[in-house]
Amino acid sequence: MLAKRIIPCLDVRDGKVVKGVNFEGIKEVGDPVECACEYNAQGADEIVFYDITASHEGRGVILDVVRSAAKKVFVPLTVGGGIKSVEDMRSTLRAGADKISVNSQAVKNPQLIKDGADIFGSQCICVGIDTKRNAQGKWTVFINGGRIDMHLDLIEWAKTVERLGAGEICLNSMDTDGVRGGFDIPMLKAVVQAVNIPVIASGGAGRVGDFADAFLQTDCSAALAASLFHFRELTVGEVKDDCRAKGIPVR
Amino acid sequence: MTVIIDYGAGNLFSVQNALEHIGAECKISRDPSEIETADRLILPGVGAFPDAMKMLSKAGLTEVIKEQAAKKPLMGICLGMQMLFDTSLEFGKTDGLGLIPGSVELMTPVGLPIPHIGWNELEKNIPSPLLTDKKGEYVYFVHSYAAVTDEKYVAAYCDYGMKVPALVQNGSVYGCQFHPEKSGETGLDILRRFAAL
Repeated sequence: MLAKRIIPCLDVRDGKVVKGVNFEGIKEVGDPVECACEYNAQGADEIVFYDITASHEGRGVILDVVRSAAKKVFVPLTVGGGIKSVEDMRSTLRAGADKISVNSQAVKNPQLIKDGADIFGSQCICVGIDTKRNAQGKWTVFINGGRIDMHLDLIEWAKTVERLGAGEICLNSMDTDGVRGGFDIPMLKAVVQAVNIPVIASGGAGRVGDFADAFLQTDCSAALAASLFHFRELTVGEVKDDCRAKGIPVR
Repeated sequence: MTVIIDYGAGNLFSVQNALEHIGAECKISRDPSEIETADRLILPGVGAFPDAMKMLSKAGLTEVIKEQAAKKPLMGICLGMQMLFDTSLEFGKTDGLGLIPGSVELMTPVGLPIPHIGWNELEKNIPSPLLTDKKGEYVYFVHSYAAVTDEKYVAAYCDYGMKVPALVQNGSVYGCQFHPEKSGETGLDILRRFAAL
């Protein structure tokens, strides 16, 4: 049986790991390659490098980070942030990434999803979605690190990215991100029901039990967290022990 | 020396990184004479079966691989594993290398999505020099097609709504449907055992 995946995410800016709360007040916490090795040792099922400023300040040293990490870490590596073209995808995959995560650019240019999937395969293409509930109670899609509301319906967008060939959706709830009150269960349920591709829960993990809650209450395939693992409040191993004790298949 | 066969398709660098990490001497090559002198061979592969067989043939490597497979350990990885079989039905019927009896067909797991992506548990079937008898070992899969072969060639299956051949073998020919180079310590151990053959 497939294991549920626990995925630590490293938000990287200028080659350093940072983590913000609700995308504001970013603090630096370390070397991304070292962090990736630590997560690998803890049993991470996949590691995400997210170049958080790339979408508006240009791409930088992230490829060097990936190249070094790929020599030391032997689990799938996903890279996101500022990937604008098939050429960006190719250079990122060649550097050692196994998957590409596209977010803002996919909203601006949905064809990018299709082109990437056609050339590299759907398994390579993860679409990240930043979203929150508006005053009318509907979830809409945001871009540029949550700065711009595209007034695009979340469920419609999730179905669109699946149709275009995305292999996976990483669903980040801006309402719960950085707040540590648990993953956004209603939002996850809605998206998991709308699509047939794996959905990764993101945003809101605060306690060890939050991961198991997401797996028990929704059919999400994986759960991602950044700051929780970063500030060493929890290890991936502790999260997996909790899941295992609750009967959830983990590696 | 392990030669990672370069025919234009594949996860060459990931495999090379993993072999270097475990201290196994290795080289990426498409030179038939280096393939002949290698101690063991790895055939990687990502993409579609017909393209990969065509590229292998265009690189002039089909015959030398078939011939060397009888003389030294050969490991196919993912699509490289599928290429070890007689035929594949991906995009029509294409001949493979014919080193393990069987065919490669689209998976039909009941109620589960295709491709099969993620960490799945190895369920051991027949003894293999590449495996220990440890239980609860997970490896990383990304594929839509799977081998259909006699169970005497299957060292381990995994369960994905159907029994999927995960590690196959026939004499000195081995095939991993999963990616050992992306399967953490379990995968590195499999590569260590292969490098010691």
